[in-house]
Amino acid sequence: MTARIGVVTFPGTLDDRDTQRAVRVAGAEAVPLWHRDKDLKQVDAVVLPGGFSYGDYLRAGAISRFSPVMESVIAQAKDGMPVLGICNGFQVLTETHLLPGAMLRNESLHFVCREQKLRVENADTAWTTDYTAGQEISIPLKNIDGRYVADARTLDMLEAEGRVAFRYLTDGEAADGYGNPNGSLRDIAGITNEAGNVVGLMPHPEHAVEPLIGTGRTDGLGFFTSILKKLVNA
Amino acid sequence: MTLDTVKHAAETPEAEQPWAELGLKQDEYARIREILDRRPTGAELAMYSVMWSEHCSYKSSKVHLKQFGEKVPENDAMLVGIGENAGVVDVGQGYAVTFKVESHNHPSYIEPYQGAATGIGGIVRDILAMGARPVAVVDPLRFGAADHPDTKRVLPGVVAGIGGYGNCLGLPNIGGEVVFDACYQGNPLVNAGCIGVMKHEDIHLAKASGAGNKVILYGARTGGDGIGGVSVLASETFDDTKPTKRPAVQVGDPFQEKLLIECTLEVFKEQLVAGIQDLGGAGLSCATSELASAGSGGMRVELDTVPLRDSSLSPEEILMSESQERMCAIVEPDKVGRFLEICEKWDVIATVIGEVTDGTRLEIFWHGEQIVDVPPRSVAHEGPTYHRPYARPDWQDALQADDAGKLARPATPEELRAQILQVVASPNQASKAWITDQYDRFVQGNTVLAQPEDSGMIRIDAETNLGVALATDGNGRYAKLDPYAGAQLALAEAYRNVAATGAKPLAVSDCLNFGSPEDPAVMWQFAEATRGLADACQTLGTPVTGGNVSLYNQTGEVAIHPTPVVAVLGVIDDVNRRTPVAFAEEGQLIYLLGDTAEELGGSAWSQVVHDHLGGLPPKVDLERERLLAEILISASRDGMADAAHDLSDGGLIQALVESCLRGGKGARLVVPEGVDPFVFLFSESAGRAVVSVPRSEELRFTDMCGARGLPATRIGVVDGDAIDVQGQFSIALSELRTAHEATIPGLIA
Repeated sequence: MTARIGVVTFPGTLDDRDTQRAVRVAGAEAVPLWHRDKDLKQVDAVVLPGGFSYGDYLRAGAISRFSPVMESVIAQAKDGMPVLGICNGFQVLTETHLLPGAMLRNESLHFVCREQKLRVENADTAWTTDYTAGQEISIPLKNIDGRYVADARTLDMLEAEGRVAFRYLTDGEAADGYGNPNGSLRDIAGITNEAGNVVGLMPHPEHAVEPLIGTGRTDGLGFFTSILKKLVNA
Repeated sequence: MTLDTVKHAAETPEAEQPWAELGLKQDEYARIREILDRRPTGAELAMYSVMWSEHCSYKSSKVHLKQFGEKVPENDAMLVGIGENAGVVDVGQGYAVTFKVESHNHPSYIEPYQGAATGIGGIVRDILAMGARPVAVVDPLRFGAADHPDTKRVLPGVVAGIGGYGNCLGLPNIGGEVVFDACYQGNPLVNAGCIGVMKHEDIHLAKASGAGNKVILYGARTGGDGIGGVSVLASETFDDTKPTKRPAVQVGDPFQEKLLIECTLEVFKEQLVAGIQDLGGAGLSCATSELASAGSGGMRVELDTVPLRDSSLSPEEILMSESQERMCAIVEPDKVGRFLEICEKWDVIATVIGEVTDGTRLEIFWHGEQIVDVPPRSVAHEGPTYHRPYARPDWQDALQADDAGKLARPATPEELRAQILQVVASPNQASKAWITDQYDRFVQGNTVLAQPEDSGMIRIDAETNLGVALATDGNGRYAKLDPYAGAQLALAEAYRNVAATGAKPLAVSDCLNFGSPEDPAVMWQFAEATRGLADACQTLGTPVTGGNVSLYNQTGEVAIHPTPVVAVLGVIDDVNRRTPVAFAEEGQLIYLLGDTAEELGGSAWSQVVHDHLGGLPPKVDLERERLLAEILISASRDGMADAAHDLSDGGLIQALVESCLRGGKGARLVVPEGVDPFVFLFSESAGRAVVSVPRSEELRFTDMCGARGLPATRIGVVDGDAIDVQGQFSIALSELRTAHEATIPGLIA
């Protein structure tokens, strides 16, 4: 048996087809979900992929958050269904308050597209068990509104509870993918909720699942194999 | 104001009309009156003026462009040729690929962000209109001097516009070029290319046939932006004395375009479309007249049904408006319902604005009154043709006589070393990562290679690993010295770049950027360049499938360098066989393929070290280019070379620096006996490449080159963390990296 993983398409979503491919590469079944449809089609987990939903108009993720599909996603996430938000999906998750904090325009004010070195800080979430805590990975990053911010209390809480899931690695040459690419506070690249079922990050694991495509590395595949194992063994 | 109806026009033959302000010449206006046998209505005048502009009608260039149709090489890959929205070629396995390069030069100077953004939008809709899913974009760019203050205004805006629009559409940006030269100061070149993929049976054409079929306008509402943008902006030389025409630049909404793409692909999939055309330059005037002209001829449009952003727009303005993100489809009546449903699903506004008739006229009505009654071919396809005078400029001989060979050369190894660092750090030779890192190259998950690789490469079938590659090149300095050879060198370089990645070159698109056609010297450059390109395409077997001409790139008397930008599309059966530029394995052998002569005319060295442009460009040998390409493709397919990089501007040393930095490995090199180290490193002889060959493959590789007669010289080995030329100098990679990567951020950021 395999797991059914839903991939939501909002108007302006860009990485939905890539994410579906990554789900299939990992061995799971990809189920397209449409923003206007509340029905989650009995999926076991949901990915909110990257892109510019609603053109990022008003504020990234601000309009998608009110779509019919998100009503169901929010309700089921609160009941423990695994949800992964990548880039724009992460922005949607912060807008729904499933995850704390917000994303601002990159410090450079430019869109940035690069290979990014990350450290997996929490390998116990639903989406990271195939990594080891402290493992360094390299996956593509591409955003213009990627600067993670929250108040100091929230940041302290995230740190104390081990909810900083990924951090940008800064000890090395920019040409090799090191550095905080957008000015995120405390170099935070991704976080999880308390239960560990909801994870959001700015970099794109779905672009690093095949050796030949993108960066030439498969460091992102672990997200999708982690969730598959969890769901199949559940 | 009373409506200028057809009836009113017939009754008032003497009424004054602003044909001159709309850019028409007196004889052109007279011809319109002759065609219609009366004076045109205001709406008709608007349509003719915009469709007969240089940009839409190619009136100065078409007598030369027809060579691309006459000198067609034997090539069975061509499915759709020049004349449609974009050419289409067969790439095997039932797939067809459409691609094209266009210019958005003038708008990008006036309003860099929106000009560049809508340039992407326009070329993407051209590709979409052929029935294809757009899969990648490329951007060949030319700016003024890198240290000129205005470059700091234009470049960041253009780059942000390309990124802002393309990234939001979800199209990987995989290639292009960035070149700086003072000649582009007031006339930056913002060219944009797009590749689309479809199955053969999905090819759609821009024609309206079948009386009773509905004309559906869908996408964005029509607004007051870009009115006259094409005729006024693209056809007029910048002149300091005239008022600026800022409102003529269009404003883009990439989110709307993304919806338009998905919506259009879905109506294609359900086979609801009988004919389709995007709305770009000349808006509805162009779409309705071209669709009708290419079909049975008759169309009736109720212009007052067009959804508007601004209710005060006049019918003439609605016909001229270049509001972005709009398409026009011809749909059979029983399919209209489903078509509108799909548009609603994607939140795309769609309106039936008319129907195909069994007549021969394009008839447009405004609240029941007829304002247009024209033969559509006379608007779309029978515009004026000019045989502009052309003459070899009197300065050409002196320019060619000013040989770069007599320039002072480095006298010592230390001086050679210093000049290498100087060239590698110069704006044209420096890393463009600051620019290209603002473009998403990963989206869609099929990018195999992207800049700074020799060509961009996209996987088009994840099961079979079939892929396509695209490279764009153009060297205005070479073309200035000899436009005929310069155009051929542009083609040769793009062809070589495609082959260097392991793909087989198939077909060509071009964007021909020149000064004013009213200047006989410019017209001579244009005539020579088109002749050179057509001849070379015939020899190399790569047909021109379409493209674009941008004229009037000049300020006052000063024209840009003639800049033919050539895009070559290639196909690769298995993207796993692709060859990158990076030297990644220590111990591999570095081979130089081809012959190096003393050729410095137009070279990067002559520009950077001496600020010189003179002499002759490198010699063109197309048979050699073909042989080199065959060797590179075989080496890729059979695993004989792990890296390959073409040699072009900057010569051998530039290629070596890029391959070493990309792979993070150094190289130990030996200058072949009897060769001047300076010439060896800086000459820009064409038909050359460097490859890195695993030792286990060396014999097989050299045997292949020997058997086919391609000179292959072992010049060194991948090793260490410096570029070390025996007996000459050594430069650490870290020093090279700083020189190569710091320049552009230092000047622009």
